[in-house]
Amino acid sequence: MKILAVCGMGLGSGLLLRMQVEKALQRLGMHADVTVADIGVARAMAQTADLIVTTRELAEHLQGVKPKVITISNFVDLEEMVRKLKEALQET
Amino acid sequence: MDVLVAILGFLVNEIFSKPYYLVGLMTAIGLIALRKPISQIIGGTLKATMGFLILVVGAVTVIQALDPLGKLILGATGIRGVVPTNEAIVALAQQEYGQLTATLMFLGFLASLVIARLTNLRYVFLTGHHIFYMATMLAVILVTAGLTGIWAILIGAILLGTIMVVMPAFAQPWMRAVTGGEKIAMGHFGSLGYIAGGVAGQLVARLAGGKTKSTEEIEFPSGLRFLREPMIGTAVAMLIIYLIFAIWYAARVGPAEAVKGVGLPEGTTLASYLMAQVLNALNFGVGVAVILLGVRTIIGEVVPAFAGIAERIVPGALPALDCPVSFPYAPNAVLIGFLASVVGGLVSLGLIALIQPVLALALILPGMVPHFFTGGTAGVFGNATGGRWGAVLGGFVNGVMITFLPAFLLQVLGSLGFANTTFGDADFAWYGIVIGNVARLGGVAGAVGVLIVAALLIAFASWFQSRYVERGWVPGQGFVGQTASGE
Repeated sequence: MKILAVCGMGLGSGLLLRMQVEKALQRLGMHADVTVADIGVARAMAQTADLIVTTRELAEHLQGVKPKVITISNFVDLEEMVRKLKEALQET
Repeated sequence: MDVLVAILGFLVNEIFSKPYYLVGLMTAIGLIALRKPISQIIGGTLKATMGFLILVVGAVTVIQALDPLGKLILGATGIRGVVPTNEAIVALAQQEYGQLTATLMFLGFLASLVIARLTNLRYVFLTGHHIFYMATMLAVILVTAGLTGIWAILIGAILLGTIMVVMPAFAQPWMRAVTGGEKIAMGHFGSLGYIAGGVAGQLVARLAGGKTKSTEEIEFPSGLRFLREPMIGTAVAMLIIYLIFAIWYAARVGPAEAVKGVGLPEGTTLASYLMAQVLNALNFGVGVAVILLGVRTIIGEVVPAFAGIAERIVPGALPALDCPVSFPYAPNAVLIGFLASVVGGLVSLGLIALIQPVLALALILPGMVPHFFTGGTAGVFGNATGGRWGAVLGGFVNGVMITFLPAFLLQVLGSLGFANTTFGDADFAWYGIVIGNVARLGGVAGAVGVLIVAALLIAFASWFQSRYVERGWVPGQGFVGQTASGE
């Protein structure tokens, strides 16, 4: 499974999202390939991804992409990440 | 014995003096310390090394695109022009300062953990690219001031460690106003601009009697949202800048002379002269995109290792994170702050041009990446303390700061001060100006001087932490339009 962590430049906050996703997956006992992308290339990279994790404001730019987009409002709240990932993964 | 000497010689000449291997080596040490599986150690080490090499490739493209811009601006106005873009200047600097930068990045991080452990400044700065950029700037400044070898390494690491824990502390009260008290801190070297933005918001709230509305109650035109993509924003801004100065230059000296001035072959038509500048503008964006890929690849391996080490040395410390973590709290304020910051930058550019005869400063043109991220964050801070007009004034003040401050920073960057780009965010500039000017005292005086600056900063931040942060002071509290909801 491939998960895309998207932020504006693909630097700081995208990496935080990636680290949180990896922690959450570990808690859920799952494995996935998590990649950081900037908003400029995210749409193209979404073609081969199964799930996208980003913030609410950037999700507006990703309307119509193939994989499900989940939005995170608190970058350090692991519970939120675990809950949203679990929901999304159960659907797919 | 000879074998040992040969091995040592090989290590020093072929590994330690090559920044790309050095970055890989340090990453490997971090991953080994965390007892990661061997496959991850090898993969991470290779990726960090290749990330550095990607960065160098991007630097070449950026230099080629920037060189004509310098000629256009100088030719049109007679003044040197600079477009601050962190990514560009950092990549340019690696050729000469890569080794010291890589060393400082790792030792500076460790120094920050030691300071966090020993003082009440319990912050862990996790914004990897900004650690890298600040390490670059300190390397340039210290070497320019004449410090080298082990002293440059030790002093640089202390200076880097210091700024990484004091800035999150200073920004923390305003960060609380933004997040509504979440357990995160601001870890971004635009923080002086954000604090200024927050204070500007407080002023607005006071003038308006605490009755201004939050930015989040406005319907914002969605047509402007395409600027949210930094690559597009940069390309659009650079196209405008290149074309303005290309036309200005050609109008001033005549097309034939302008063509010669930028090094195009004789007989080039005005149209192809202009189209060459369009290509340069786009190539600048391409170079920055390549550099970003390199930086992303390096920090993607380094930061998780840093975070793992930090958890062991300073458990429970507050994570200081990249500025966009504040964006979900007020997305409209981001755009308002960004636009106000650009306006502040343009007004300041006009002022710089006016005072040119008195103070020979370089023209600082608006770099879209710094304006977007730092202006946007200053807008969020201004909104948290003073609503929509707080966001406007906060962004504007930030824009003024990141235009005037870099103009003075250029003077302490040595030969890199003559590149057509420089560091864009407020903290790089103020810290660079202070450290650079003290270090210029030279020799022991300079070295002791910058260490005293670091000690004073830690003492002041520590006092601020216990006086304001630990007592729970939140600026602008009680103002009516305050909303701090994430959803």
